[in-house]
Amino acid sequence: MQLAGPNGAGKTSLLRIIAGFSVPDEGAVLFQEQPISKYYEEYARELLFIGHKTGVNTQLSAVENVRHWLQINGYIYEPDLYPILAQLGLVGLEDVPVRMLSAGQQRRVALVRLWLSDAKLWVLDEPFTALDKSGVAFLQQRFTEHLQSGGAILLTTHQDLTTHFSNLQTVTLEYRH
Amino acid sequence: MTRQHSYWLLFSAVFSKDVKLAFRQRAEIVNPILFFLIVISLFPLAIGPEPGLLARMAPGIIWVAALLSTMLGLDKLFRDDFNDGSLEQLIASSYPLSLTVLAKVAAHWVVTGLPLVLMTPLFALLLNLESTALTATVLTLLLGTPLLSFIGAIGAGLTVGLQKGGILMSLLVLPLYIPVLIFATSAIDTSTMSLDYSGQLAILGAMLLIAIISAPIAISSALKVSVS
Amino acid sequence: MWKWLHPYAKAERAYQLCNTLLPYFAVVTVVSMIVGWVWGLGFAPADYQQKDSYRIIFIHVPSAILSMGAYSSMAIAAIVALVWQLRNAELAVIAIAPVGACITAIALITGAAWGKPMWGAWWVWDARLTSELILLFLYLGVLSLYHAFEDKKSAGRAASILAIVGVINLPIIHYSVEWWNTLHQGASITKLDTKAIDPSMFWPLMVNILAFAAFVGTVTLIRLKNEILQREKHRPWVRLLLNKG
Repeated sequence: MQLAGPNGAGKTSLLRIIAGFSVPDEGAVLFQEQPISKYYEEYARELLFIGHKTGVNTQLSAVENVRHWLQINGYIYEPDLYPILAQLGLVGLEDVPVRMLSAGQQRRVALVRLWLSDAKLWVLDEPFTALDKSGVAFLQQRFTEHLQSGGAILLTTHQDLTTHFSNLQTVTLEYRH
Repeated sequence: MTRQHSYWLLFSAVFSKDVKLAFRQRAEIVNPILFFLIVISLFPLAIGPEPGLLARMAPGIIWVAALLSTMLGLDKLFRDDFNDGSLEQLIASSYPLSLTVLAKVAAHWVVTGLPLVLMTPLFALLLNLESTALTATVLTLLLGTPLLSFIGAIGAGLTVGLQKGGILMSLLVLPLYIPVLIFATSAIDTSTMSLDYSGQLAILGAMLLIAIISAPIAISSALKVSVS
Repeated sequence: MWKWLHPYAKAERAYQLCNTLLPYFAVVTVVSMIVGWVWGLGFAPADYQQKDSYRIIFIHVPSAILSMGAYSSMAIAAIVALVWQLRNAELAVIAIAPVGACITAIALITGAAWGKPMWGAWWVWDARLTSELILLFLYLGVLSLYHAFEDKKSAGRAASILAIVGVINLPIIHYSVEWWNTLHQGASITKLDTKAIDPSMFWPLMVNILAFAAFVGTVTLIRLKNEILQREKHRPWVRLLLNKG
């Protein structure tokens, strides 16, 4: 599902409410018919959130960042990270502090999580920002796989996704004074 | 991939990340100690080098310097994680945030409080502190500096979302430090008179226990407000 | 048990409640303040030791008591705000904070003014004065934290958390200062001797305490009304109200 709308319409705010960081003024987000604040830990297990700020520490290397993310999410068996990073075009950059990488490469370090997570619901704020054409195509391919395995994706983007995803739903938010 | 719900795994992951980062930028460890040392050496210059006077004022000087130097690192405690989005990942990590916070505060103490405790003999030398008072100083710092980290982290959590949170944080936190200051300096004072100071230590220990249990709850709700 | 609170979660109902309560508080304030001050400052007998200078207790003691009382009510509002997610309770926290800070400042200033004839110095590190000073710092912390946030929703919650942390620490601070004081100064300075206060002074003092309590209540209610209106200024009921008036 894609969230569309002009700048300032509240796309990011809505994503943050759905991820449980902000509390809505009115209404509630339900998970298995309960407000998410009630069983947040169970909900968080099924949720993968990547926002504007990606949660990548620029002083650690790509591998250290990914490993830390695996640990704080309770993944005990660490897969071999190097092939996955290589797929994303980060060959030879795995052990360099992330601050030395370009913006697009830094975003790729954050997006590695999409290949590792077993969460059902992906909430992604502008995932294509700073990615080049091949990166976008690669990400879309991963989206397709996730959807085929029964997952759901909620994202904001200014890209046109209709050609790739037949069952795309678009919700457009309007700016209200 | 299999997942396991292990509190210990989370604690050690968060703790080791912070300690690792601090060791990569050694200034973070060294600067508070240097600051502490400089503040302490200002006092003899300001009030005169008379040994008796210095020994009498030493507990107060050491503890005020300890309060100020722990404030230095506190502002950074959550700021990097807030700025790069790691805090959001920690909140959305299916573990209670208060446990994460406990690990971060523990790491902060190991990096800023523990070195002060270890360096105390040197400071004591500079201020003509007797050996009986030295033991008391080390013990009070050992119990008191983690308390400072816990209380200070509440202020850090509340102000992390603000542009200029640093000074505001000291305004919020320093009044809360007063009981620690009173009991710690009184314990050292009592020890210089060769009297029993276990009472003051027991009170510090009790306050530390209360802080370990209740402060993480306050810190994590403060962080959630800052992130929202 | 808390069901009765729920209607007041609605801003409009809370506003109406303020309006209903306000006249009572205002009348009690005016009447008891006039009675208390005339009685206390004019008719109560002079102290045999301190002569007329003791009369400042009719302002100092009520404000000192109310400074603590206002802090506890602020913390209760903060707990209600966080546990039951009531936005109006957050507004109440912010409505009380400056009032409490002012009353604490009054207690400090009158305490210092009283100290001058008694101790010969404006400021003495007496346990009670020191506690009041720290209490003022706590109030100012809550206020400056609230005003530092641009988003007033987060501001209210952050201030509430700080108020609760403060109220947990308040007794610890209070007793540690008291203990520190006896340790360093012995029992040489005590403001009110332990002797029982004479009824001819006690009753005007009580009336004055009532007056200050009602005064704090009145000002808080007025501020709370303003806060509610400010937050809800785009809602229809506020527009209706403003057009009427």
